[in-house]
Amino acid sequence: MSDTAVRAARSAPGAARARRRAAVIGWAFLAPLLVLNALVVLGPSIATVYYSFTDWSGLGPATFIGLANYTKAFGDPQVHEALLHNGIWFVLFLSVPMALGLLGAHVLSQVRRFQVVFRALYFIPYVVASVVNAAVWKMLLSPTSGIGHALGFDHSWLGDPATSLLSVNFVVNWHWWGFLAVIFFAAMQGVDPQLYDAAKVDGASTWQQFKAVTLPGIRPTAVFLVLMTVIWTLKAFDYIFIMTGGGPAGSSEVVSTLMYKQAFNEYEAGYAAALGLSMTVVTAVILAVYQYLRKKGWED
Amino acid sequence: MTTLVEAPARHLDPPETKRRRRGGNPFPSYLVLVVLGLFAIGPLVAVVFNAFKTNAEIGANPLTPPTSLSLDNFTEAWTRGDFGTTMRNSVILCLGAVVGTCLIAGLAAYALSHLRVPGGGAVVAYLFLGSALPVQLFLVPLFFLWTQLRLTDSLFGLIVIYWATDAPFATLLLRSFLLKIPKDYVEAARLDGASDLQIARKVMLPLAWPGFLTVALIVALWAWNEFFWAITFIHDPSLRPISTSFMAFQDQYSTDWGLTSAAAIFMLGPVVLLFLVLQRRFVSGLTAGGLK
Repeated sequence: MSDTAVRAARSAPGAARARRRAAVIGWAFLAPLLVLNALVVLGPSIATVYYSFTDWSGLGPATFIGLANYTKAFGDPQVHEALLHNGIWFVLFLSVPMALGLLGAHVLSQVRRFQVVFRALYFIPYVVASVVNAAVWKMLLSPTSGIGHALGFDHSWLGDPATSLLSVNFVVNWHWWGFLAVIFFAAMQGVDPQLYDAAKVDGASTWQQFKAVTLPGIRPTAVFLVLMTVIWTLKAFDYIFIMTGGGPAGSSEVVSTLMYKQAFNEYEAGYAAALGLSMTVVTAVILAVYQYLRKKGWED
Repeated sequence: MTTLVEAPARHLDPPETKRRRRGGNPFPSYLVLVVLGLFAIGPLVAVVFNAFKTNAEIGANPLTPPTSLSLDNFTEAWTRGDFGTTMRNSVILCLGAVVGTCLIAGLAAYALSHLRVPGGGAVVAYLFLGSALPVQLFLVPLFFLWTQLRLTDSLFGLIVIYWATDAPFATLLLRSFLLKIPKDYVEAARLDGASDLQIARKVMLPLAWPGFLTVALIVALWAWNEFFWAITFIHDPSLRPISTSFMAFQDQYSTDWGLTSAAAIFMLGPVVLLFLVLQRRFVSGLTAGGLK
């Protein structure tokens, strides 16, 4: 890549050659990214497709067993329960942080002072590590030293199968809503202030303004976040893994934690691969439906 | 996704923007904001309180400020949890992840913004879609592959995974920065006989450093906080990063809340301090990167 080479490539007969050369250089610049991705993400992903049709233990050789893993998954009561938990998780994870985020963002856009301070406060739980947040809430939810203890009732929120899933979901929502608030707040700044003036002239109340001006104004953001919530629900893992490990007695197990256990505790890597691939297919279908609806002009 | 990045920074200076006023009393609004603020930050404040208390005091008053400032929990947690070692490991992971990701993503972003690469659009689409893939899809074969390559129980092996998982986000973010640099600059440099590598280093890098700074900050934060890959790929206690060693520490001293609170401060302290100093950059980077 000497100076003379550059000049030669730009000389008159070399237009096509220069383009070819640019392509080669371009791909050379992309090579580290693509090679790394192939090694860590794409290659193993393709391997998962293959292993999902085998009885692989995760270590030794694998024997082809056709669709046996998938039929097993369809009939597995553990999977059914985990899917139910994913469903409950989705409903709560969609409604609670969204509502709190919208509330926070809306009120924040109403005030003049300390916006930056409140925004920072709401955002902090999101930047703190999941292991730390989980530990904090294990302490606060503990029957011996937590909030319940301070208020006079000693309930083991994480240890009771009736409340374990809801408790972990609460902690996730707690660390998450501020992040949504900041995104909604940014989106609300993009709404035309004149629309609010017009609504006020028409005598609209704050709530009516929120419904008629704010919500339509931030709709693309909201729709996108709903989509991402579906995907995040399927990925839900860290807090459950850290706080309850899916227990007690599977009461907070979701598909991703079940898959992890199948792979690393039960040595059913082929079965785990089938579960992982199924989750990916569901994600892909949801993304495809979203793209299709967006193309049809549903978003705006 | 990237459109969300632009918006927050614009409105950090409220006096300038014409903002709608409800008129009337702002007090109810502030009341709501303060309640939400307490909800967000209260639990972390309780941890700071408890880090200074004895366990007897925590049992009696779990949520109130400490009556005396004892540092015993901190010194004891530091030695018992071997935080000297685990912090060193985490710093290595952060530096390794940041340097590699900036290099890999910087090169790719330059190609995708200023070089005419046939098929570049497909690469961008792949990077967007690829970040939606659940890790469950490639976790198990990757573990098998890493075992074969002897990259488990190795900080380098973990860093390579961070490169691969963070680089798509970093590439897309840096690309959005580089696209703002006029093509004329590149053309001028090229006419002066600069090679593409020279252009990338001498023209792009100085102009795009805010983008690199954002990427570095976010990648470092992720590497510091990350536990999933670490717990799966690192089992040797002397190689553990702070996140998984904190988890083990908490399991071991699960009823000693004073000790675990102090340990939690070791882990969250640096992050929160850095966040307060560089809030704007954190927020813009994470609202772009967190949406993956």
